[in-house]
Amino acid sequence: MGPLVINEIISENSNLLLAFFIGIGFGFVLEQGGFSSSRKLAGVFYGYDAVVLKVFFTGAITAMLGLLFFSLFDWVDLSLVYVNETYLWSSVVGGVIMGAGFIMGGYCPGTSFCGASIGKIDAYVFIIGLFIGVFIFGEAFSLLEPLFMAEFWGSPRISEFFGISEGVTVLIVILAAIAMFWGAEWAEKMFPRDEY
Amino acid sequence: METIRKPRKYMNPYLAGVLLGLVVLAANFVSGRGLGASGAIKSAIVAGVQTITPAHAAASPFYDNFSKAHDGKPLNSWLVYQMLGVIVGGFLSGVIGRRLTWKVEHNPKIQSRTRLIAALGGGILFGLGSQLGRGCTSGSALSGMAVLSLGGFISMAAIFGTAFMLAYFFRKLWI
Repeated sequence: MGPLVINEIISENSNLLLAFFIGIGFGFVLEQGGFSSSRKLAGVFYGYDAVVLKVFFTGAITAMLGLLFFSLFDWVDLSLVYVNETYLWSSVVGGVIMGAGFIMGGYCPGTSFCGASIGKIDAYVFIIGLFIGVFIFGEAFSLLEPLFMAEFWGSPRISEFFGISEGVTVLIVILAAIAMFWGAEWAEKMFPRDEY
Repeated sequence: METIRKPRKYMNPYLAGVLLGLVVLAANFVSGRGLGASGAIKSAIVAGVQTITPAHAAASPFYDNFSKAHDGKPLNSWLVYQMLGVIVGGFLSGVIGRRLTWKVEHNPKIQSRTRLIAALGGGILFGLGSQLGRGCTSGSALSGMAVLSLGGFISMAAIFGTAFMLAYFFRKLWI
């Protein structure tokens, strides 16, 4: 049955319309979770508010489990679902640069649009920065291309990479997430801040 | 007398997480792909460069490949429609939560100018890194992890690991 657009159950135009509605859900949930506030987002790195960790990992394991169940029920053909490619060095270096941007800027791209939607001026400035950053990458592309293309490993799933089943992989991630949730609740009690 | 309407409380983070996971699941079920954010900015940049200097855009594979992959209409992409939705969804939630206000949110110990300079610098780095890393926290880390992509787990670890390691140096911005 799914993915609906790939199996031509819905048209390409309906797909774009549904992207808009999926985005509404995405933005609504981010804002309801507190992701429109940079001070809440940055809190995870100082322990005073671990909402990022809780929402992010609950979201990841819910989606993982959901996809496993959907595949089990034959509701979605996982072989047709896009799996992000793995280019080792660009992932690592890109991630390090993004991590630095996160702690400086207090937002990531999705959350900055969410913050902007409720009037955060710092979020607008962050978004201006995003445009500049993407443009710099575009202009410097020929310089960065060797790093961008280095160590291409295809699109392996982490389960294939370690040679374990998808179910066991998801179980391990869930157990790791529970341990992190426990740590997050502890940190919030250890490093409390009333007003921020 | 005017009554002050205080913002409502945020949703329980674990409940918000489950709903976020269901949104990612819906994207995969409907479109066979995850969520994203930085890709929409790339669409806008490619469209902008193409409009202002078409020859320059055609000469660079970064702009040209992306444009060709979208039939010459880089703004007509899934992520652009999704991000328009994010703005609407965030706004609706802000209305319900009584959180609509124009403000520079910052630690009271710093000037708002400092916050804005850091936000600009952070945005530039995040924009650059998202292109190098083929996606940001939404597209690469969250959605990548949802489909168990190895690259998604690497992105997640690199983004959060670096932010944790640098937190000490940027503490004055936040605590």
